[in-house]
Amino acid sequence: MNAPAYNFAYLDEQTKRMIRRAILKAIAIPGYQVPFASREMPMPYGWGTGGVQVTASILGPDDVLKVIDQGSDDTTNAVSIRKFFAKTAGVRTTTRTGEASIIQTRHRIPETPLTEDQILVFQVPIPEPLRFLEPRETETRRMHALADYGLMHVKLYEDIARHGHIATTYAYPVKVDGRYVMDPSPTPKFDNPKMDDFAALQLFGAGREKRIYAIPPHTNVVSLDFEDHPFEPSRTPKSCALCGADDTYLDEVVTDDKGGRLFVCSDSDYCEERRGAEQAK
Amino acid sequence: MNAVAPGFAEPVLAAQATFRTVMEAMARPGTIRRLAGVDAPAPLSPAAAAIALTLLDYETPFWLDAPLAASGEVARFISFHTGARVTADPADAAFAFVAAPAAAPPFTSFAQGSAEYPDRSTTLVLQVADLADGDGMVLRGPGIAGTRQLAASPLPANFLEQLADNRAQFPRGIDILLAASDAVAGMPRSLHVAGG
Repeated sequence: MNAPAYNFAYLDEQTKRMIRRAILKAIAIPGYQVPFASREMPMPYGWGTGGVQVTASILGPDDVLKVIDQGSDDTTNAVSIRKFFAKTAGVRTTTRTGEASIIQTRHRIPETPLTEDQILVFQVPIPEPLRFLEPRETETRRMHALADYGLMHVKLYEDIARHGHIATTYAYPVKVDGRYVMDPSPTPKFDNPKMDDFAALQLFGAGREKRIYAIPPHTNVVSLDFEDHPFEPSRTPKSCALCGADDTYLDEVVTDDKGGRLFVCSDSDYCEERRGAEQAK
Repeated sequence: MNAVAPGFAEPVLAAQATFRTVMEAMARPGTIRRLAGVDAPAPLSPAAAAIALTLLDYETPFWLDAPLAASGEVARFISFHTGARVTADPADAAFAFVAAPAAAPPFTSFAQGSAEYPDRSTTLVLQVADLADGDGMVLRGPGIAGTRQLAASPLPANFLEQLADNRAQFPRGIDILLAASDAVAGMPRSLHVAGG
């Protein structure tokens, strides 16, 4: 028998239908967290079970899949998930941002702008932006219902009172289409401005917390701030040691035990393509 | 009793293709997407039938308007293939199928969701004869860069007023899929619609 022991893209059809319905609601109510019956996946929570379930539910045989972890195609998490779908769905995988039709990501948005024909799937650990301010789900749900986001502004204000500036550097809260405050997943706030008027559909899956949310293409996404303390996307003021880019998000790499370090692009594909183009010259 | 018409020839792949089309339609409201339909008992349109087979199951009660409910064949077809049960109460329906939009009940008779759980609302599948971009309604909102035009007919009475009321209670409200015989367009509740 050569028949596979699992369905196309691993999930059973009823699970896919349930997730697909949640995705449609999420698109219709941008930024709202739709509860869904998250399944156990053959990987632990925290390794992208939410993103994997979303990807499995939208993926078709003609798709080309790219998976990145902190911008890199080469880390364990990214390699495993890419192999998982190559095996269970037989789809073509790639590391090139431009070639992919679906990009599953952990904590970064690619530097290369996405097109209308692509879909970006985020892995989300804690989908509720208010959770660390208010632990009760019943209360945070009420706050979203009433669009009562004063607590979040108090948090950002306390940052300013304590540090002189808003000290939140990742998972920086955004307001979607003027209504829901949303956690962009722990992407660096450097990536926040990209989410506004983004050409591609953005889907977010939180497996352990059982929530799916979405930002449709060309939706207004604003990072929360104050008039006298406007939002500032931050990046290390260095250039990439490999490709020389001075406008990308950088990883700091410790190179020895004498304080040696260098900065390289976190987006490995973007960095490689720049170096390839440089060599071609 | 006649045998029930077959559903998708390739259920897994056809459901995936149909869903992606519907998802793109919802994510980019007003764009018209080609949709390979599936033969179904009249007056259920091939596109509406494909949507039903893709999204319905035992968790989603569905409601049929009078022309669709008349023969009983449509309900039998959907229930046989999906396991979903038909409901007579539109407020109980996760999906509602309407073959005669002009005679559709007011949108407020369907499930609107709650302020805490706005996702618990009805998705309305309106079967339309004509679907075209241009010279009709002017749409703006999430999923649209600027504005987009969409023309569809026939449509429910006071369609624009009902859509405005639907938008006014956002995030509560219904979502609409306009299904022509071989195409679909999405009108999520987040949409702002003006007359053309």
